[in-house]
Amino acid sequence: MDLFEDPVPQGNAPEFTVSELSGAVKRVIEGEFGLVRVRGEIGRVSRPASGHLYFDLKDDRAVLAAICWKGQAGRLSVRPEEGLEVVATGRLTTFPGQSKYQMIVEDMAPAGAGALMAMLEKRRQALAAEGLFDEGRKKPIPWLPEVIGVVTSPSGAVIRDILHRLRDRFPRHVLIWPVAVQGEKCAPEVAAAIRGFNAIAPGGPIPRPDLLIVARGGGSLEDLWGFNEEIVVRAAAESRIPLISAVGHETDTTLIDYAADRRAPTPTAAAEMAVPVRLELQATVDAQAARLSRAVAQGVTQRSQRVRDLSRALPRLDTLTSAASQRLDLWTGRLGGALGLAAAAKRTGFERVAGRLRSEMLLALAMQKRQKLDNETRILGAARDRRIAQERRSFDILSSRLAPALARLIGDADRRAREGRARLDGLAARLEATPKQRLKTFADRLEALDRTRQTLGYRETLARGYAVVRGDGHVVTTKAGAESAQLLEIEFRDGRLSLGTKPGKKGGKAPDGQGSLF
Amino acid sequence: MTADLSAMSFEEAMAELEKVVTQLEKGDVALEQSIALYERGAALKAHCAEKLRQAEEKVELIRAQEGRAVGTTPAEGL
Repeated sequence: MDLFEDPVPQGNAPEFTVSELSGAVKRVIEGEFGLVRVRGEIGRVSRPASGHLYFDLKDDRAVLAAICWKGQAGRLSVRPEEGLEVVATGRLTTFPGQSKYQMIVEDMAPAGAGALMAMLEKRRQALAAEGLFDEGRKKPIPWLPEVIGVVTSPSGAVIRDILHRLRDRFPRHVLIWPVAVQGEKCAPEVAAAIRGFNAIAPGGPIPRPDLLIVARGGGSLEDLWGFNEEIVVRAAAESRIPLISAVGHETDTTLIDYAADRRAPTPTAAAEMAVPVRLELQATVDAQAARLSRAVAQGVTQRSQRVRDLSRALPRLDTLTSAASQRLDLWTGRLGGALGLAAAAKRTGFERVAGRLRSEMLLALAMQKRQKLDNETRILGAARDRRIAQERRSFDILSSRLAPALARLIGDADRRAREGRARLDGLAARLEATPKQRLKTFADRLEALDRTRQTLGYRETLARGYAVVRGDGHVVTTKAGAESAQLLEIEFRDGRLSLGTKPGKKGGKAPDGQGSLF
Repeated sequence: MTADLSAMSFEEAMAELEKVVTQLEKGDVALEQSIALYERGAALKAHCAEKLRQAEEKVELIRAQEGRAVGTTPAEGL
């Protein structure tokens, strides 16, 4: 090197140190680009623990490093996300330590609503494909929750609207989980709050809510962006406590609305969905109580009425007995008089008869009866003797006729027995002769008939040179019949001749060669 | 019918009360049973009314640490 230490021409160019030059560049750049707006797509984003936000802005040919300092990052209206097209506002500066220039971003806005909407739609479809929005996941909202958890900003109109409407309808125990409802912190805080409410154990010091409301007032799409974030949507979908979303106005739809069990158009409407109206319930309870009392009273009234009706139909005891008792009295009264009268009447009759009764009359009557008796006794004795003599005579006559009649009867019987035996012998002789004679007659006739049969039968014709043809056992009279038969048999006068072979079995297959015979 | 009242929600008590009333109004229950039903109904009504009376507003803010609720603070002026 020493050899070439001769001064070389350097012109007027001043000599800088690196730092001097870097500083000069920095000044030029910062002076020239103190306020710029850059449109580009967000590239890689990194969020180190420091809280500063580092990301790239890019288009199809160039990349620009961008930084958002911690203080600004929380205030950005849109959370930088890879792929989002934005217009960033800020200034350019350099980072001499790395020979790098970069943009300090003060503010950032999406490059038109279209860019955000397109991104939102893409995300919605991806989450829907996972099934996070399925109807089957939706839980019913409790009819009357005891404790309601509200995830929202503790200041502002939204929580007031909710509490006001709850107060009107049915005052409840409300737990507010304070969160940022816009900006960078919104999404992580809302998601943490939903998870935090779900993590409260039942029966612990902090009551576990029966219902959650996630609420935020109206705002721009960018303001509501936190409720489109995936962590919020997932937290809402995973919540085991039924959840009502009430984000923005009726026309704003954020992704948490799809994951919520119900979507309320406004925070006030969410309160209306959450609880019934107490006064109406009070009225219903009172009405039920009134119906209860009325029903019981009516039951009792109806029963007592029935008892009255029945007892009216029941006749009075004295009316049942009075008629009988009156009749008793009547007949009792008449009984005494009637007895006296009856006795008097009997007495009169008795006395009339008794007056006519005299002892002389009785004696005369007895004498008269005795005389009549003696008379009749006498007549009766004479008649009896006459009758006995008469009967004896008839008996004697009949006895004398009895012996000759008996001898005659015996002789008669003897003669008839002899005659019967003679006839029997004759008949027996004829009986023996008759069958023999008849058999002879039949044999003669049979012989004659057989002769006739033989002259008429075909066998005699065989002797004259005729023959009988049988096919398969049946007589064949036609050529066609002979052709179709398996086996032909010709009967001559002195025997039968078979043609063709017999089939092995009845109905068995016929040998092929057999056809040639015919 | 004999479920413990104190454990019953307003909704359950109300549903049973309606059932009791309907049963009584049909008028075909025996007198003894109608008295028992009335007593049950009256108890249910008292329970419902008490539940409604108890409805008091209480608003608290959650104090959270690392995503977990660790306590509450009464909310003022909301």
